[in-house]
Amino acid sequence: MNPEPLVAIVGNPNAGKTSLFNSLTGSHQKVANYPGVTVERISATLQLEGQTVECLDIPGLYSLEAQSMDEQVAVDAVMGRGEERVPDLLVCVLNAANLERNLFLFSQVAEQGIPVVVALTMTDLLREDGKAIDAIKLSNLLGVDVIPVIGHRGQGVDLLKEAIARNLDDGRPPSPTVEHPAALEAEVTHLAERLARVGMDVSRDDIRRALRSEDDPFAARVAEIPEISAEFDRAREKLQAEGVFADHRIVADRYKWAGNITGQVIASGVSPRKWRSDRLDKVLTHRFFGLIIFATVMYGVFQAIYTFAGPMMDAIEGGIGWFGGLVGGLLEGQPMIQSLVVDGIIAGIGSVLVFLPQILILFALIAILEGTGYLARAAFLMDRLLGWCGLNGRAFIPLLSSFACAIPGIMAARVMPDPKSRLATILVAPLMSCSARLPVYILLIGAFIEPEFGAGWAGFALFAMHFLGLLVAVPVVLVLNKGIIKGRRLPFLLELPPYQWPRVRDVLLAMYFRGKVFLVTAGTIIFVMSIVIWGLSSFPRSAEAEARYEQEHSQMQTQVSLDSYVQQRQLEDSFLGRFGRTIEPVFIPAGYDWRITTAILCAFPAREVVVPSMGIMFAVGGEADEESVDLRKALDQATWPDGRKLMTPWTAVGLMVFFALCAQCMSTLATVKRETNSWGWPVFMFVYMSGLAYLLAVAIHQVGLRVGG
Amino acid sequence: MSAMETIPFREVRQGMRARVVSVPEGPDMKRLREMGLNEGVEFSVAKVAPFGDTVEIRLLNYALCLRKRDAESIIVQPIPA
Ligand SMILES: Nc1nc2c(ncn2[C@@H]2O[C@H](COP(=O)(O)OP(=O)(O)O)[C@@H](O)[C@H]2O)c(=O)[nH]1
Ligand SMILES: [Mg+2]
Repeated sequence: MNPEPLVAIVGNPNAGKTSLFNSLTGSHQKVANYPGVTVERISATLQLEGQTVECLDIPGLYSLEAQSMDEQVAVDAVMGRGEERVPDLLVCVLNAANLERNLFLFSQVAEQGIPVVVALTMTDLLREDGKAIDAIKLSNLLGVDVIPVIGHRGQGVDLLKEAIARNLDDGRPPSPTVEHPAALEAEVTHLAERLARVGMDVSRDDIRRALRSEDDPFAARVAEIPEISAEFDRAREKLQAEGVFADHRIVADRYKWAGNITGQVIASGVSPRKWRSDRLDKVLTHRFFGLIIFATVMYGVFQAIYTFAGPMMDAIEGGIGWFGGLVGGLLEGQPMIQSLVVDGIIAGIGSVLVFLPQILILFALIAILEGTGYLARAAFLMDRLLGWCGLNGRAFIPLLSSFACAIPGIMAARVMPDPKSRLATILVAPLMSCSARLPVYILLIGAFIEPEFGAGWAGFALFAMHFLGLLVAVPVVLVLNKGIIKGRRLPFLLELPPYQWPRVRDVLLAMYFRGKVFLVTAGTIIFVMSIVIWGLSSFPRSAEAEARYEQEHSQMQTQVSLDSYVQQRQLEDSFLGRFGRTIEPVFIPAGYDWRITTAILCAFPAREVVVPSMGIMFAVGGEADEESVDLRKALDQATWPDGRKLMTPWTAVGLMVFFALCAQCMSTLATVKRETNSWGWPVFMFVYMSGLAYLLAVAIHQVGLRVGG
Repeated sequence: MSAMETIPFREVRQGMRARVVSVPEGPDMKRLREMGLNEGVEFSVAKVAPFGDTVEIRLLNYALCLRKRDAESIIVQPIPA
C-alpha cells in the first residue's frame, strides 16, 4: 500500500498553527490565545491540486527537545517516532512578530532531513508596530519557500498549498543552519567509517543524534553491538569533556544564527517596540486592581453558571421525565423491561445530559477568557499563591475547569511541563467541587440549613462547600510534594500572548469539543454504571416478594404510598441493599444508617445518582430530585429504629463534606489512569479522597454529638 | 549605579532594563535558554506579580513569565536608563 503523503505543521505555541491548519484543511479545530491549547495531534485531509495529503496539527513547541507530554506528542510527530510515520514535509510556522525565537525552532527543524516550507504568520501585527519583513530575503537565507499567510483569514493559503505540492514533488531538506563543532564532526566521520566496516550505512545526522542522547532509537541499536557501542561511549565521553554538548554552546549558536537572520530581514528589528497590550496590562495585572478584577471575573463566571444553567437543567430534567413517562406508557405491560428502559437507560442518559449546560457555559466563558489572552494573565497573577502550595500558575486552568467537571480539568494539565506539578494538579483536580455535587448540596441545604438558619446561611453554606475542595487541596499538595510525588521540579515558564478579541467561532468550537469529550468520556461510563446500578438495585426480585411487600404495606399504618413502599422494600432486599446493610457499621460513626449508606454506595460510580437513590431509600420514589419537598421532609423525619432523629444539621453538613471530598466518579478515575498511564495513581486518588471524606464526615458527626444540635 | 555592576536575577525590579551576563549550566536552565534567555540578550522587567517572586519580562519582542527564585543564579547587568 502506498499511503498518502504526510505533512506536519510545526511551530511555536501561539504561532497560528491551528488557524492555518483549519484554513488548509477546512476543518474546525479550536484556536485559542493561550499557549498549549492543542494538546493532541489532529489529522485531517488536505486537498491539493491532483493529490490528497494527510495533514497533522500538533501541539506547539519551543524546542525539539520535549519537556511536557504535549511537546512529546509533537516531537514524535515531527520525527516519526513511536506510532507515527515520518512526515514527507514539514510546514514550519514562524511568527513574524517574534521571529528570533521562532527561528530557533526552525534551526532544529531544518536538521530533520525532511523538506520544509515556512508559513510566515502575524505579519499584520508586525506592520501595526511599524515594521516590515522581507519574506523573499528570508526565503533566500533559509533556503526554503517562505509564504506569508494570515491563517485565520485564509490569506496566502492558496500560495502555501502550491508550495506544499511543489516541495512534496521535489523538495530537498534545507541545509543545516549552524555548523557542527569540528570535534564532533571528526568523531562522526570516524564512527561512520567504523559502522561502514560492519556493513551499517548510517547517516551523519543519525550518528550525531545517537552521540547526543543515549535514549535515541539508533543509539539503542548501537548499544547492542559491543565493539561499536564501546566506540560510541568513548566518543561521547570525550565530547562531553570538551563541552561540545553543553546547552549554552548548542542553544547559543542557534540563537546567534537566528539573531543574525532576524536583523537582516526585519527593518527596525532592534528598536524596542511599543507593547500593544501594555495599556490593558497596566490595570489587569496591577498589584491591587489586577487582583480585584480577577476576583470579580471569577465571581462573574460562577454567578453566570448558576444563573443560566439552572433553567436549562430544569428543562432537560423535565424533558427526560416527560420522555421517560411517554416510553414507560408504551411499555406498560412489561414491568421488567419498563423499569430497565425508564429507570435504567433513560434515567442514565438524563443523568449525563443535565450536566451539559453547566459544562458548556463554563467552557464558553473559559474560551472567551482564553481567546482574549486574559487566562495567561490570570495564571501569572495566581502563580505565587499556587506556588505556596507547591503548584504553579499553569495549574490555574486545570483547576478552574474542574469546577465544571474534573475530566477536562485533568486533561488540561497535559500542558504543564513539570511532571511533579502536573501530577499534583491531576491528583487534586477532583477535589474541586464539580457540577455533579451541586444537587446533593441543594438537597441537604434545603432540608437542614435553610429551614433552621435562613437563606443567608444557606447561601454561605453553598459557597463554603465550593471553597472546601480548594482549601483541602492545599495541605494535600503539600503532603504530596513532601515525598509521595518523586522527581525533579522544572522552573515555571509561561508566555503571555498579546491581547486579542475572542472569535465567536472559536468559542463555539470550544463548547462543541468540550461537550463532546464530556459526553464520550464521562457519558459512556455514567451511562453504563447507571445500568449496572439499576441491575444491582433491581435484583433479586420475584412476584412472591412483591406480593409480600404489598401485604406488609396493607398491614401498616403509614402515609407512604404502596408504590414507594414496594420500591423501597425491593431496594432493601436487592444485592445493593443487602450490601448496604452489611457495611452499615462502617458508616455508623458518621451517623449514617443503612439507607444513606446504600445511597452512598450507589453513588460511587457516579455521584450524581445519589439524589434519586435517596429518593428510593426514603420511600418517596426514584423520581425525586434535589428540589423535592417530599424527599426533604422524609429526610428530616427519618429516625433510627430506636426513634432518635437520623439527620441533624451536623450529620447533613458531614454528608455534604463527604460528597465534596469523596472520589465518587468512575470517569475521573479512568481519566487519571489514562493520563498518568498507571493504575497506582487512580487507586491512590480513590483511597486518599475517600479516606479524607470519611474521616471528616465522622469528625463532624462526632463533634455534633458532643455539642448537640 | 555603575554600568559595569552586575546583580543576580533575583534582585531585578519592575521597570529595570538589563542584559544577561551569565546563565548557569544545568537542566533547569535549558528551557530558559531555548526561550532566548542567553548571554548578551537584553530584557526589561515589565511587571512583578502581586504576591511577588513571579515576574514578567520582555525579551526578543515577547513577554515571558518566570519566577525570580527559579532564575536567581542568572547574572544580569542593569542598563542605566
Ligand atoms: N493578527 C494575527 N493573528 C493570528 C494570525 N494567525 C493566528 N492568529 C491568532 O493567534 C492566536 C493563536 O492562534 P492558533 O492558531 O491557536 O495558534 P497555535 O497555538 O499555533 O495553534 C489566535 O488568537 C489566532 O486568531 C495572523 O496571521 N495574524
Ligand atoms: Mg494549536
